Amino acid sequence: MQLSTLFQKSITKLSHLHIVVGTLFIATLYVTVCNLFFTEGSLLHVSNYTVSLLGKYLCYALLALAIDLVWGYCGILSLGHGAFFTLGGYAMGMYLMRQIGDRGVYGNPDLPDFMVFLNLTELPWFWAGSSSVWWMVAMVFIGPGLLAYVFGMMAFRSRVSGVYLSIMTQAMTYALMLAFFRNEMGFGGNNGLTDFKEILGYSLQNPHTKLALFIATAFALAIGYFISNYIVNSKMGRVITATRDAENRVRFVGFKPEHYKVWIFVVSAILAGIAGALYVPQVGIINPGEFSPLNSIEMVIWVAIGGRCTLYGAIIGAIAVSYAKTRFTAIMPEAWLFGLGGLFVLVTLYLPKGIAGLLANLFDKLSIVKVDAAKGDIDKEKVADAEMKS
Amino acid sequence: MIVNKAGSPLYATDNIKPDTRHGVILYAENVSVSFDGFKALNDLNLYINDGELRCLIGANGAGKTTLMDVITGKIRPDTGKVSFGQQIDLLQLDESEIALAGIGRKFQKPTVFEALSVFENIELSLAGDKGIWTSLFHKLSGEDKDRIGEILDTIGLLTEAHYPAGRLSHGQKQWLEIGMLLAAKPRVLLVDEPVAGMTGQETERTAELLTSLAGEHSVIVVEHDMAFVRSIAKTVTVLHQGSVLAEGTMSEIQSNPEVIQVYLGEDGDSEPKQ
Repeated sequence: MQLSTLFQKSITKLSHLHIVVGTLFIATLYVTVCNLFFTEGSLLHVSNYTVSLLGKYLCYALLALAIDLVWGYCGILSLGHGAFFTLGGYAMGMYLMRQIGDRGVYGNPDLPDFMVFLNLTELPWFWAGSSSVWWMVAMVFIGPGLLAYVFGMMAFRSRVSGVYLSIMTQAMTYALMLAFFRNEMGFGGNNGLTDFKEILGYSLQNPHTKLALFIATAFALAIGYFISNYIVNSKMGRVITATRDAENRVRFVGFKPEHYKVWIFVVSAILAGIAGALYVPQVGIINPGEFSPLNSIEMVIWVAIGGRCTLYGAIIGAIAVSYAKTRFTAIMPEAWLFGLGGLFVLVTLYLPKGIAGLLANLFDKLSIVKVDAAKGDIDKEKVADAEMKS
Repeated sequence: MIVNKAGSPLYATDNIKPDTRHGVILYAENVSVSFDGFKALNDLNLYINDGELRCLIGANGAGKTTLMDVITGKIRPDTGKVSFGQQIDLLQLDESEIALAGIGRKFQKPTVFEALSVFENIELSLAGDKGIWTSLFHKLSGEDKDRIGEILDTIGLLTEAHYPAGRLSHGQKQWLEIGMLLAAKPRVLLVDEPVAGMTGQETERTAELLTSLAGEHSVIVVEHDMAFVRSIAKTVTVLHQGSVLAEGTMSEIQSNPEVIQVYLGEDGDSEPKQ
C-alpha cells in the first residue's frame, strides 16, 4: 500500500516532458550500449540495420510533432508538410553530394555526377556554398522556413482556412514534386541525390557514424519536444488553441490571429526540415518522390492515430505506424495502403483521441481506483472516530 | 495601426483616449452598406453618448448586426464616417486594432475558447500587448491574477475558474463572454442578444450586470426580448430597413405612430419578431 502510493505520487509529479525525454534517453542509451557492446548472436544485440531503422522512425516522430503543432493545436490541417521535410532533406543532400568530391563515377572534383551527366560545366548559382556544413545548417532552417512564411502570409492574410487551405498545401507539395522531377531544376531530377560517401569527414558506411546519427536524431527529437512543449504551455500556446476554436473571438480580443498562425506554421516547417535533414544521411537518398502528396497524408494519419493535441501522442503514432508499415510491407507490400486506410477509419470511429486518448483513459481509471481506495480509508477513519466518541 | 502625433504606434495600454469633449463617444454618420444591391444600412446616423446604455431594436434585417460589424471593423461601409470619440477614425483600423482601441463586442452566439479554462479565457482577454513575442515569454503577474479574480467575481464564475469553458451552461458562456470584454477595459461594449436562451433568473442578473456597467462604460445592447429591453433601457433606438426610425425612451417609442405603423402595419404584432 505505502509503496504503491509512493509510486502514485512520483508518477503524478512527473510531467509529460520528463516522461517523454526520459524514455527517449533510456531507449537511446539501451540501443547504443546493445549495439556497441553486445556482439552479433547475443540476445541483447541491436543490429546496425535496426539502429538505422530506429533513426528513421525518430525522424518521423519529429515530423509528426511538427504536424501536431499546427494541426492539433492550431487547427491548420496541412496536407503538405512533406514539402518542408523534403526541402530540409535536399539541403542536407546537396551538402552530402559535395562531400563526395572526386570519388563519383565521373571523378569530377567540382561537379556531382548528375551535373556531369547533364553536360553542365560549372555549378549552378544556387549550389554555391553547398560544400560548407554551415551553409547546409542555414539552408535547413531557411528553405522550409521561408517557404512556410511566404505560403502562410498569403494564405492566412487572406483568411483562407479549412478544406481550402488543406487543398492549397497539397497543391504546394505536388507542384514542388513536379518541379523537382525536372532535370533542369538542378537537383538531380527523378533520381534525386544519392551515393553519399561521408558526413563531416566520417564515412556513412561506418556503423559508428550510423549510431551517431541515430543519437543525434534522438537529441533533436528531445529538443524539438522541449520547444513544442514550451510553446503549447505558454500564453502563445493558449492563443493558438483559442484561434483553433474561435478565430473571430481572438481577433475581437485584440490579437492578430494571422500573425500567430504564420509564426507557428514557420516553426513547424523548420522542425519538419530538421527531421528531413537528419533522415537523408540515414536512408542514403533524397528524391522528389518524398514530395508526393501521399506521403504528406500518411504523416497526418500518424498524428491522428497517435492522438492529436498531445505531443507525445504524435510521437507514439509516428513510431507505431512506421513500425507497422515496416512489418506489413515485408509481408504484403501491395496491401499496406489498404491497411493504413483501414487503421485510420478504425481509429477515427473508435479512438477519436488516438492512442494517447486510450492511454490517458487507462491512467485515469487507475487513479480513480486509487482515489476511491483513499476515500475508503478516510471513511474508515471517520467511523473509527465516531466509535471512539461514542 | 493607431499612431500618436509623433507617428509611433500606440497600444491599448498606452491609454489612447477617444476625444469625448462633446459627450459623444461613438459617431456613425451617413453610413451605407449594401450586399449585392440590398441596402443593409441606408444613410444611417447614430450617436452614442459617453457612459450611456443604449438599446437597439428592430425586426430581422433591420441592420442591427450589420451596424455592429461596421463599428468593429468586420465590414467596411460603402459610404459614411464612423469614429470613436471625435478623432479616432474606425474605418482606418482592423478588427484587432479596434478591439485594442477600446471597443469590445459580444457575439450573438456565445463565443468563448471552449478548450481553455474559464480563467485562461479571461487571461487572454486582459488588456495589454498582444504581440507574438510577448505572448511567448509572458508570465502572469499577481496584479493580473487579482484582476482576473475580480472579473470572475463580477460575472459569478469564481467557482468555475478552472473548468474548461466548453463545459459551462449556455447562460454562463454568455457571462464569460461579457467578462472577457470587461477584461480588455473597453470604453464601449457592443452586446448582441445577451439574454438569448437564458432563464428568467439569469436574465435578471444579466440586466443588473449591464446596468451596473453603464456609466463607466458605454453599453450598446441589441435585443429582441422586449421585456428585457424595457427593464434596462433609458434610451432606445429603433432601426428599420437600415436606418434609424425613432429614438427615445421606451414609452415614447411605444407611442410613436411610425413605430406602431411599421410593427403593427406589417405583421400585426406589437413586438418585433425574432
